[in-house]
Amino acid sequence: MCGIVGLFLKDPKLEPELGGLLSVMLGVMCDRGPDSAGFAVYGEGTPGLVKLTLRGPAGTDFAVLGAKLGHPVVPRDTHAVLAVPAAEEAAVRARLAAIAPEIAVVGAGTRMELYKEVGLPVDVARRFKLETMRGTHAIGHTRMATESAVTTAGAHPFSTGLDQCLVHNGSLSNHAGVRRELEREGLQLKTDNDSEVAAAYLTHRMREGESLGAALDHSLKDLDGFYTFVVGTESGFGVLRDPIACKPAVMAETDRYVAFGSEYRALVDLPGIDAARVWEPEPAKVYFWDRAA
Amino acid sequence: MSLQMRSTASADAGARVFDLSAAPVRELNAALHALPPDTNATLWRVINPRGLHAIAAGVDAPVTIEVEGNVGYYCGGMNKQASVIVEGNAGVGVAENMMSGLVHVKGDASQAAGATGCGGLLVIDGNASARCGISMKGIDIVVKGSVGHMSAFMAQAGALVVLGDAGDALGDSLYEAKLFVRGSVASLGADCIEKEMREEHKALLAEKLTAVGILGEVDIGEFRRYGSARTLYHFHVDNVSSY
Repeated sequence: MCGIVGLFLKDPKLEPELGGLLSVMLGVMCDRGPDSAGFAVYGEGTPGLVKLTLRGPAGTDFAVLGAKLGHPVVPRDTHAVLAVPAAEEAAVRARLAAIAPEIAVVGAGTRMELYKEVGLPVDVARRFKLETMRGTHAIGHTRMATESAVTTAGAHPFSTGLDQCLVHNGSLSNHAGVRRELEREGLQLKTDNDSEVAAAYLTHRMREGESLGAALDHSLKDLDGFYTFVVGTESGFGVLRDPIACKPAVMAETDRYVAFGSEYRALVDLPGIDAARVWEPEPAKVYFWDRAA
Repeated sequence: MSLQMRSTASADAGARVFDLSAAPVRELNAALHALPPDTNATLWRVINPRGLHAIAAGVDAPVTIEVEGNVGYYCGGMNKQASVIVEGNAGVGVAENMMSGLVHVKGDASQAAGATGCGGLLVIDGNASARCGISMKGIDIVVKGSVGHMSAFMAQAGALVVLGDAGDALGDSLYEAKLFVRGSVASLGADCIEKEMREEHKALLAEKLTAVGILGEVDIGEFRRYGSARTLYHFHVDNVSSY
């Protein structure tokens, strides 16, 4: 069992409230996944810059690290966001690995920031001040571990491509085989987690030129097991359930937002929920919203 | 106890109002479980259900419980005698293992609605998703919309009436439950076949539609009947290589 929440805003007036709304949703899903929690928020971006979300051991002095790297850094608890010119991203990653090998890059994006930690989801959200974050869309996860250990690295979301993230409720049965194929294609996976394989699979399909919607469609053929996925890209938000629909999912849509919750309970405090269209996403059907469209 | 008497609105006259934003479900259910058979508190109104689980589960008293909004998992589970009316959608396993009485969902129901139910009537005004009536053992289920895949899986007794369509693998490994579908059936499950609609089946369907109060609104001639081919009941020597 795990909990998933997601919120994709249509009304820009709600953008300052994104983190506040998501933190309430995440808190309600604590009892579906008390092991660990994480979230990705698509906020402000600066043209030409890439935001690297870093995670370090407790006590890491990110200000010193940023000074060494020569780029501005914004710390939040065990994580920090480092903004670097896109052209220098590879060089910065190499230098970071050399001078601070204990630091992990958990996500990279023009707008996406990604935070995850072991602990009760309400505490994790509070540590990172999720309620203060603004943006256009966000995805969160509360984890009850099944396929790999309870570690920060095993917490969701998983990000395997620029501005891409995935959260997963369920377990995949063919992840070892898919992992071998993806590694042959040159993708680097960081954990033993089955959900990271799903994230990397989608990244691979999108690198081959597919849209998120098409990549999700393809995963119905190639990924075996049970799953409800919620995925984010720079401009998009997608949902997919396996054909058997083992794992729960409820969606709500108004003219101001599209929301996802593992259970309806997670959605009850959203504005205008009483008048929202509420439905259960169908099995094996790709749902996809895009801001650019 | 968060009970209040509310008599201003005529619809709520004399109802016990229980506010789930002020007290937990456990307190509501404890109050309902404590009702004696001859209770005068025959009308309950539950407000602010907020998708909470197990609302009005395990009630065994001849009372009516109206829930004002959407409920979570297992609402009305194990119900005996009571009428539970959900003025919204219901989550997974509504009326699971119901023994008698009525559960009426005015919106949609999630998966496994009426699962393993032994008696009583479950009415869903909207759609029910996958595995509606799974392993039903005597409950009657009337869905005014459509049902999802694997509905009536291993269903043993009772009737499932669907005014809309049925998803894949309807009635897989079915025993003796009777299935009536007015719309299309995406596919039939193992050992489930279409059967002739004889007079006794029309009478049975009419009885179920009457119970829901829609007999005059629906043409019985539009329904088709599905049941067990009974080929999985006994070991067949041709299948020996499968074991």
